[in-house]
Amino acid sequence: MTYNAAQSVIIPQSLSSRVHPRRPLHHATTYRPRRSWQRCPGCKSSHSWQDKAIKLALACLLARGHLLIEDLPGVGKTTLAHVLARLLGLDFQRVQFTSDMLPADIIGVSVFDRDSGSFRFHPGPIFTQVVVADEINRATPKTQSALLEAMEERQVTVEGATRPLPEPFFVIATQNPAHQIGTFPLPESQLDRFLIRIELGYPDPAAERELLAGDDRRTMLSGLSACLTPTQLIELQQATRKIHAAPALIDYVQAIAAYTRAAPDWHAGLSPRASLGLLAVARAWALLSGRDHVLPEDVQIVLPGVVQHRLRPVDDQLRVGAGDTASKIIEAVPLP
Amino acid sequence: MARNNRPVSQRQTWWLLAAALSAFLPLSTLLSPWLVMSATATMLLRGWMTWRQWRLPPRWLLVLLTIAATAGVIAEYRTMFGRLPGISLLSAFLALKLLELRGARDAMAVVLLCYFLVLTQFMFTQSIATAFMACVTVLITTATLAAATDDRPAPQLLLRRAGVLLLQGLPFMLLLFILFPRVQGPLWGLPQDRITASSGLSDSMAPGSIARLSQSDTIAFRVQFEGAPPPQHMLYWRGPVMPAFDGRSWRVSRTSAQRTVPPFRVTGTSQNYEVTLEPLGKSWIFALDYPDKLPPESAYTEDLQLLSRQPIRTRFRYSMSAFPDTSVGADETASMLTESLQLPSGGNPRTREVAAKWREKYGDNTEAIVTEAELFFLRQLLSYTLNPPLLSEDVIDGFLFESKRGFCEHFASAFAFALRAAGVPARIVAGYQGGEVNPVDGYLTVRQYDAHAWTEVWLKDRGWVRFDPTAISAPRRIADNFAAAAPENDALPFLARNNMAWLREVRNRMEAATNVWNQWVLGYTPQRQREFLQGLGFKSPDWQEMTATLAALCGVVLLALTAWILYQRKSVDPAFRQWLKFTQRLGKRGVQWHVWEDPLVFADRAAKALPTHAEPIREIAGAYARLRYAAPTHASDHGTPLAHLRARITAFRP
Repeated sequence: MTYNAAQSVIIPQSLSSRVHPRRPLHHATTYRPRRSWQRCPGCKSSHSWQDKAIKLALACLLARGHLLIEDLPGVGKTTLAHVLARLLGLDFQRVQFTSDMLPADIIGVSVFDRDSGSFRFHPGPIFTQVVVADEINRATPKTQSALLEAMEERQVTVEGATRPLPEPFFVIATQNPAHQIGTFPLPESQLDRFLIRIELGYPDPAAERELLAGDDRRTMLSGLSACLTPTQLIELQQATRKIHAAPALIDYVQAIAAYTRAAPDWHAGLSPRASLGLLAVARAWALLSGRDHVLPEDVQIVLPGVVQHRLRPVDDQLRVGAGDTASKIIEAVPLP
Repeated sequence: MARNNRPVSQRQTWWLLAAALSAFLPLSTLLSPWLVMSATATMLLRGWMTWRQWRLPPRWLLVLLTIAATAGVIAEYRTMFGRLPGISLLSAFLALKLLELRGARDAMAVVLLCYFLVLTQFMFTQSIATAFMACVTVLITTATLAAATDDRPAPQLLLRRAGVLLLQGLPFMLLLFILFPRVQGPLWGLPQDRITASSGLSDSMAPGSIARLSQSDTIAFRVQFEGAPPPQHMLYWRGPVMPAFDGRSWRVSRTSAQRTVPPFRVTGTSQNYEVTLEPLGKSWIFALDYPDKLPPESAYTEDLQLLSRQPIRTRFRYSMSAFPDTSVGADETASMLTESLQLPSGGNPRTREVAAKWREKYGDNTEAIVTEAELFFLRQLLSYTLNPPLLSEDVIDGFLFESKRGFCEHFASAFAFALRAAGVPARIVAGYQGGEVNPVDGYLTVRQYDAHAWTEVWLKDRGWVRFDPTAISAPRRIADNFAAAAPENDALPFLARNNMAWLREVRNRMEAATNVWNQWVLGYTPQRQREFLQGLGFKSPDWQEMTATLAALCGVVLLALTAWILYQRKSVDPAFRQWLKFTQRLGKRGVQWHVWEDPLVFADRAAKALPTHAEPIREIAGAYARLRYAAPTHASDHGTPLAHLRARITAFRP
């Protein structure tokens, strides 16, 4: 499938380039879009103020990465996760993480079956195409790691038997900010497995008025229908990989990674996994913007989502703003 | 200027502190303790202030401190001028300047002071360690200089940048080192007053004066032989000759060095060698018996001491040939022979008595008397020791008949005395005996503990003949070395004995490295420079030629660097160069392109700022972005879109 075909699938129906590709950067680094989500019938009424976030989330899935949504309770993290799963037309399971959860609650257990006289494996909620892991940082590290292992390997080993997970397989995790009570913050190594982390933020006044005047969210959610079939999604993922990244652009991504490694502002620079991810998401963004090649702008727009959760500032107590990290990098690395 | 008023950031302050400390610490052994302590305290305090982000002290306090430091230096040295007072003042000012870092200009002053202080340590010592320390300091200071303009990069990045800068300077450094016209003499003609009087032989020999040297393993000189070195027992390095005896100590006579040609004719086989003499502050030039030619700037005295015209204060290298079969002094002057027979009127009666018997028995047969004396020394069963007992009066009687234990000066002194008492002209020769071949580089290393004294006896028809009475009682001293001859329980310098093989190995390697450094870096004198350049094909290099070559080669290096930079520039993408031209034009109209800005985003902004040109701006930016970032449409007409872009940009006149 070429990118034109991808456009015909995605753009007219749901996810056209509402974020203007020529928009100045200071707008691109925040997640407050100015225009409402118009074309997608599903999206229009559910999360009209968060089209940029949705586009980023979609880019993440096209780049075959996992998504982490972090924000305060009540801004619509879970709803976004639900909407994504629904629109993609994939099987999905929602797991609410709690502090007393055990790995078996996610992966599944073997139960003795009296009829057959043997143990039979009851797969856990992870055996699905989309796992919505709600409030992942409320579970203990042991349980978190069970999920995160599955994310990286795309398979689960229980009692010696390795079971592959379905294709495609996404984890959309939501988490509360680390300073909330009762959270077990994810360590850097596990944060690195999430390709993108997005923050939703409060809706703008117009969007909030719309939200308040609208129907009940749960009802609307159940009314959503899928935009894509799983086959189409896999084709789109393949198309994403074919988006052209010119040598100059690859140099640019490399320069960004090199800068984060050399600059003293962060504890450690971007890993090669992160720079690979950055390029993949930029490709997906270019596809969603209806282009067959990646522009530096694509990299710059997706940069906050890719680097924010990976770079820990040295002066952590100062808590630099989320957009600050990315714009600092962007303004420090000249285009090659 | 605004740039100079830019405040010094915290990170820059740390850099400056590091540079100042690294420049100051190597000097701390030279400066007086009060200065070292107060300057270090000031720097530590400055570090604390930086950490706690305190305010800098007021100006009046700094003025007071500066006056106090100056007064302290003047009180210490009685002057403000000279090497040590100057360096003390600069160190104090460096510490105080750190308290006054108000702007970039102050930071620059600190950096320059650091560079200068690095230089000053070479006025005192020029060892490998000093050079290494100086390199470290220069690296840190250069990194500080880099941090003064941009302190954001990580420390290791700044250090690397500084290292690259220094490496780029390396070709220039080598060129300057090799070709810069040399002046004879120590560095900048500065007096080398740190040579202590205790190092090396002196012009008199009393009991104990050479034994004192036996505790020092300082290197006296190094020798490189052409071919295999002669056997150990031939290595008599002749130094001061002492014919005058006052009953206790022997002295050199007060004759001036006159002869620039040896007063004898050399015969027999020869051995070529080259000596590198450490600066001992004395005039003696040590050589094997007997040379055919004298080194430059040196002369022979009547009693065959080889003297330099000036005391040797820098490392001195000379090539010599030794003709061991040469006989000297067969036609010695009567006055010299008379001097070699003089004895004080009284003292040492028992020795005189024995000598008188020899005289009686053999009359004028001096050779027989000498043989008799040797036999007498053998029969007395004298023993060789580093710790001879102290003898008050009649030292020679005491040694020969009572204690019977002595060091080489006792042996030589007693032998010469006995022969003089028997009417045979004899004198003491001091110098070094033996040496140790460093297996690493093959140089023979002669140390202070190889100092030795022996006698020369004048025999009719044969002239002056060397007799070493120490060899009679302690043959291993001559055949091997003094540590082998010394009794087991005598205190010796560390590593003088053949134990601790691995430690000796380490020392051998370090000394070989030092030797290379001495020979090629410190010993790169005008003479060696001339030899080296002649080896490179210069016929007779004079300073004009060297300067011209220097300038030409520096020019070549500069050209090479420039060419390299230009080559680097050529590898800039041609489309990007067009884009830069385009953005420059827009920049003149007030729309600046940031180097990180996406072309399309910039075009959007520019189009809004210049609505009349919106269309061409968007088109050019779009064409450029496609050219740069899209997949090439056809490999064959890759040139066409670029030519198109170039034409568009050339035509574009905002």
